[in-house]
Amino acid sequence: MAETDAGPLVHAAGVRHHFDTAEQQFESATLGMWVFLLTEIMFFGGMFGSYTVYRNMYPDAFASTSHFMNVTLGGINTAVLICSSFTMALAVRAGQLGSKKTLILFLILTLVLGCVFLSIKYVEYHEKWVDHHVPGPEFRYADSRYFHHAQILFFLYFAMTGMHALHMIVGVGLLTTLIVMAARNRFSATWYTPVEMIGLYWHFVDVVWIFLFPLLYLIGHTA
Amino acid sequence: MTTTFEPRSIEERANYLNVDYGWKSWLFTTDHKRIALLYLFSITAFFLIGGAFAVGMRLNLVTPGGLFEADTYNKLFTMHGIIMVFFFLVPSIPAVLGNFLIPIMIGARDLAFPRINLLSWYIYVTGGLFTITAAFEGGVDTGWTFYAPFSTTYSNTHVILTAMGVFVAGFSSILTGLNFIITIHKMRAPGMTWGRLPLFVWSHYATSIIQVLGTPVIAITLVLLALERVLRAGIFDPALGGDPILFQHLFWFYSHPAVYIMILPGMGVISELIPCFSRKAIFGYNFVAFSSVAIAVIGFLVWGHHLFVAGQSMYASTVFSLLSFLVAVPSAIKVFNWTATMYRGSISFETPMLYAFGFIGLFTIGGLTGLVLATMALDVHLTDTYFVIAHFHYVMVGGMVMAYLGGIHFWFPKISGRMYPEGWAKFAALVVFVGFNLTFFPQFLLGYLGMPRRYHAYAPEFQVLNVMSSAGASILGVGYLIPMIYLFWAWRHGPKAPQNPWGAKGLEWEQSPTPPPTFNFNTPPVVTEEAYNYAEEAPLG
Amino acid sequence: MSHPIVPTRVYAAVFAALIALTITTVAVSKLDLGEYNFIAAMTIAVIKGSLVVWFFMNVRRSSSLTRLFVGAGFLWMAILIVFVLSDYFSRGWLPAPGWWK
Repeated sequence: MAETDAGPLVHAAGVRHHFDTAEQQFESATLGMWVFLLTEIMFFGGMFGSYTVYRNMYPDAFASTSHFMNVTLGGINTAVLICSSFTMALAVRAGQLGSKKTLILFLILTLVLGCVFLSIKYVEYHEKWVDHHVPGPEFRYADSRYFHHAQILFFLYFAMTGMHALHMIVGVGLLTTLIVMAARNRFSATWYTPVEMIGLYWHFVDVVWIFLFPLLYLIGHTA
Repeated sequence: MTTTFEPRSIEERANYLNVDYGWKSWLFTTDHKRIALLYLFSITAFFLIGGAFAVGMRLNLVTPGGLFEADTYNKLFTMHGIIMVFFFLVPSIPAVLGNFLIPIMIGARDLAFPRINLLSWYIYVTGGLFTITAAFEGGVDTGWTFYAPFSTTYSNTHVILTAMGVFVAGFSSILTGLNFIITIHKMRAPGMTWGRLPLFVWSHYATSIIQVLGTPVIAITLVLLALERVLRAGIFDPALGGDPILFQHLFWFYSHPAVYIMILPGMGVISELIPCFSRKAIFGYNFVAFSSVAIAVIGFLVWGHHLFVAGQSMYASTVFSLLSFLVAVPSAIKVFNWTATMYRGSISFETPMLYAFGFIGLFTIGGLTGLVLATMALDVHLTDTYFVIAHFHYVMVGGMVMAYLGGIHFWFPKISGRMYPEGWAKFAALVVFVGFNLTFFPQFLLGYLGMPRRYHAYAPEFQVLNVMSSAGASILGVGYLIPMIYLFWAWRHGPKAPQNPWGAKGLEWEQSPTPPPTFNFNTPPVVTEEAYNYAEEAPLG
Repeated sequence: MSHPIVPTRVYAAVFAALIALTITTVAVSKLDLGEYNFIAAMTIAVIKGSLVVWFFMNVRRSSSLTRLFVGAGFLWMAILIVFVLSDYFSRGWLPAPGWWK
């Protein structure tokens, strides 16, 4: 850090040099995370758009493929993610209060629930693999009328849930980092910014699933 | 390895350049000014590589039969487009001038997220390496637009590697935009209200909005493209039930706003140059500021004009055509305001102003021809001809690159602490202007006469105009090389710059030393006057 | 920092509502309501998403700038989807029907 002609610029501890106050730093971090989440909305939006186009183009194929979506597993996963959002909110709250033990407890619970989600996802994907519904050279479809269209729809299913799962995996990694940092006493009631920001990320990934679940699993089920 | 920088005098002040030496102090820096120079270095390298592909193209087009094979030519224009768009134009002004100047212009010590700033440079370089590797491995031949199903199914080149290079570089763009948005919202000095921000900052704010909201869509499009290339599920393949137009919708949803990413920062530079070299406050500050945001917003609603002949519904095309007319209005507003600024001003013709004049004229031509293309009935005849090529080169090269060069010259004293040789600079500006027009004006004529784009060979009657264009390209190339030489020379050996060689207004000239110290200011600045507070000319008579 | 701490019971109430809405949406999906299946499911999803954004992500107590950003994000995704769909929906309006029919 260079000295200026007027001597080193003075600021509060825990505040990075280019910020004036802790408030400015925290608000910048939160706003920054929100801008990042905006990019994620647009990222998933492209896939939501593609899926909607093909659903409208091929309603019969869509109705046919919707029978292969496992509503039970999807529903359980939805509940699991909602629980994890709850525990994450409580973790952030513990961070605000400076309660280290509670913070670590709820972070671990969130992590565990995230892993449960991923495990159920794995079961689902395995089911699809066994059924030959994974797009590619191994793809087979019982109703030959819809072979090509079903493959496109399954492609989008895997793209959307796969991208979501990828974000979950990243989230699990981030949570692990938070747990380690919390265990090492890095957080306090005056500085818990990473917890807040990763909380926003985690909730966002939950919101994406809240839309994916009905779109992929529930609609067309009665056709 | 240390650089050998000999201070001219023992009273040489500490500044961001001499505060530390060695490669680590550059590659691990978080100083936005050093990061700007890292970008300058890599962007110039990509400009040269993209230019080399252009040389290949113009060489090929000297004879009607084409000098190279069709496949080779396809790769040349694809790599030229990809590198110039994604690795030169999109980052250029924001990553170099924006990074350097925005914190200083608003009175901050750095950007909001300095480490993310450095990360975005590394991400950019990584993406670039992917693409260069693909180039060495034989390049890509899909066109920079990667249209499916050729790119997903039939092309035998390194599509995935290149697409991933662009994907990675996109994150660099997103992070830069994110950084700028938060910085401009949160890090302004006391007294620096939104209404006092330099228009350069306004235009970068608008650019950042586009970067943040648009780039993710091309990111997912390239991911779907890569997945499709591997799995062949048919998402964009009509033979398998897919729709190639969906690819085009997703691609252009970003790529049209991307052209505004490319031009808005240039307009921001011009908004700084014109008042300074007219010694007059900008005319209609509010209009210019809001027009930047209007271009960013409306620019997201026009992408369908790239799909007029692709099979898009006529009704959607009509709406897109109307909106495309609308987006020209804020751009025109800017041109009117710049002109009105110069009226009754005290104009001087230093090099930056020469580039600004060039910008206004050439951008106007480019913009007006854009309106021609936005007219559906005309586009049917002109699409995929050289008319389109001429149009976008007029705005991108005649506009943006001129603005970039103007900005580099204007802020060179601030960045380097040295003056460049004005005589050589004026000469180079003239060479660039002549070379540019000789290269691209014939292409309007070629397009109107029906010569298609992306063809390695053409009908013999087009040869004269093609030869003119190639001759112009060689002149233009010389025009670009000259500044590279003298700016490099001036960095080391140019005369030391005074604090404010142009007598310009703005925090970067008036309150930050030349060159600036690491944290930009010796005392925290407080803003008390409006922007562009140049002394008004005494009324005539 | 200076944010007032949200009581646990608020989070618990939101959590209960989210679970209830999930059960509802699954139950409704088993009925045959024709086109209204889609509308019902999407409406419930929007409510659930809004609860998460408003309470769990603390937009309730955030600055108007944050709310502007959040709104802009959803608006832009809507622009993408609506404009793209407008092409597909209006293709059938031409004399020649959509090629995929």
